[in-house]
Amino acid sequence: MSARDVSHSPVLTAIRQKFGSAVVEMHAFRGDETVVILPTKLHELMRFLRDDPRMQFNFLMDITAVDWPERHPRFDVVYHLYSLKYNRRLRVKTRVDDGDTVDSVTDLWRGANWLEREVYDMFGIRFRHHPDLRRILMYDEFEGHPLRKDYPLRQEQPRVPYRIAPRDPWRDPDIWNR
Amino acid sequence: MARSRYLEQMTRERDDVIVWEEDGKTHLFLNMGPSHPAMHGIIKIILELDGEYVVDADIEIGYLHRAFEKTCEYKTWNQVIPYTDRLNYVSPLINNVAYVMTVEKLLGIEVPRRAQYIRVLMSEISRLTDHLTCIGAALMELGAMTAFLYMIKAREWLWELIEMVCGARLTTSYTRVGGLKADLPDGFAPACRERLRGVRQVLKEIHGMITGNRIFLDRMRDVGVIDADTAISYGFTGPCLRACGVPFDLRKDQPYLVYDELDFDVPIGEVGDNLDRYLVRMEEMEQSIRIIAQCLERIPEEEPVVMAQEFRAWELDDIGRTGRLSFDPDRVRVRLANTLEGAEAMHWDHINVPDRTVVLPPREETYTTIESLMNHFKLIMNGHGIRPPAGEVYHAEEGANGELGFYIVSTGEDHPYRIRVRGPCFALTSGLVEMIRGHTVADIVPIFGSINMIGGELER
Repeated sequence: MSARDVSHSPVLTAIRQKFGSAVVEMHAFRGDETVVILPTKLHELMRFLRDDPRMQFNFLMDITAVDWPERHPRFDVVYHLYSLKYNRRLRVKTRVDDGDTVDSVTDLWRGANWLEREVYDMFGIRFRHHPDLRRILMYDEFEGHPLRKDYPLRQEQPRVPYRIAPRDPWRDPDIWNR
Repeated sequence: MARSRYLEQMTRERDDVIVWEEDGKTHLFLNMGPSHPAMHGIIKIILELDGEYVVDADIEIGYLHRAFEKTCEYKTWNQVIPYTDRLNYVSPLINNVAYVMTVEKLLGIEVPRRAQYIRVLMSEISRLTDHLTCIGAALMELGAMTAFLYMIKAREWLWELIEMVCGARLTTSYTRVGGLKADLPDGFAPACRERLRGVRQVLKEIHGMITGNRIFLDRMRDVGVIDADTAISYGFTGPCLRACGVPFDLRKDQPYLVYDELDFDVPIGEVGDNLDRYLVRMEEMEQSIRIIAQCLERIPEEEPVVMAQEFRAWELDDIGRTGRLSFDPDRVRVRLANTLEGAEAMHWDHINVPDRTVVLPPREETYTTIESLMNHFKLIMNGHGIRPPAGEVYHAEEGANGELGFYIVSTGEDHPYRIRVRGPCFALTSGLVEMIRGHTVADIVPIFGSINMIGGELER
């Protein structure tokens, strides 16, 4: 059973039947069932996954993104779902370019509010119809989106300028304050 | 949104305390936190108050953001482990285990059974320390200082136990990809049993002192109620979800390690108020003690690797000084503490996978044989290291506060391309507004205490 062979999975088969050409890719690497969907169909798929009696993915566990700077649709937006009834997990991914928007799923799961804010904060991906899209971990004055691969690891943006202790020529050797 | 209105008013009136009239009621904005004596954790709650009642609130987080995910992209697979200690810093071993299990899923390896038992054992000890901290701190904020001291005393015993094994109380870094840093030390099982007896006694005292207490019940019962559907919609997991009556526990539902062989119950609440969350946590501690007791009984004993004469280190020293060698020196096995450097080889294969592309050779072999030295070089030096296949995995474990998940993307290099942590606190804190709405300011303190927000995990 290879990772590309997904015919054994009832969830992936049902998604392929319903969404057909909107499904970009499917795989089950290490048993993690994954479906990649076009961003235009994302919200419809998520509603189907939550409400369909065969699916019932009632938990939205996580939303995150992965940055691939060289690839054409630059970002993967990754959703992790869990179904309490069937005890099953599913990963949904969609690919968007810098500046594109993704449909928000805050109307389906309330927990999506903060998760989408974090993705916006860290990657700069905007979510359409999000009630309150603003930074969550970084402060409002912060420039750039830190988890993008082109954001340098060591770049400081102090909110308050660093205080430099006044120099005491009797106690501090010159080397400390140079 | 409370916050935008707050900012708007603040810029207009240039004052921190803002009062205005709306619908015949007087509204007041109040900042609770980020540094407030009743907030254990740096978090700011902007409250919109009508008298003493919370009309709306907005929660601001991010004061403890340390760029965990960004930093990990620049570290090798094993270098990430110390950073995971700092996620949930009251139960660091669960983070260690969850992270290495995710990498092992990516590699497709399974650790030996002894290592699996030790991982379960240490995870449950950590769950105890986490729940003790949570309940102790929450009770202290309600004025029960004695209960806090009792519980911190019990936590101290458990941390001493962890110190015996890992050498550190909080910054454990105990697991490695493919196994563990070291085996359990000699005399661990009796020490563990003795301390668990003490913890159980403390729990009994807390039940006697607190659980039936009228003041306590008045503060906890029907306060901070959240129903199961709302909780699921917010992504609640762990004790806070189980308090709503949903028996969702990854240790039962998607068993990892050896949890499917152990016998334990999943306690659930009825209403989803503060009291249920407290009772669920108290009962979970009992269950954790049960799990630890079973682990201590069932843990596979290691077989001696080398059949040889065994000496204590000081005996060998004496023999060496007097020059009376009545044995073949090549067949001598020196008995040192298991966690001591240089005494690893005889324990190594019981707690690590035999795959030498993942696990370092034991230290004495690195220092004495060229093959192991090369192996060590290939795993440690820059640009070499462990190389999992390219791909992406998500693995979740039952952390002390709920589902702790790691999502790892690998491109087949010696460092992760992306690590994402799904901390349980994030969902819990986003649902906090729902729980405090309509209650008084004084009720925020026990509600906030009962969700057990841990800043390190919330803001990473």
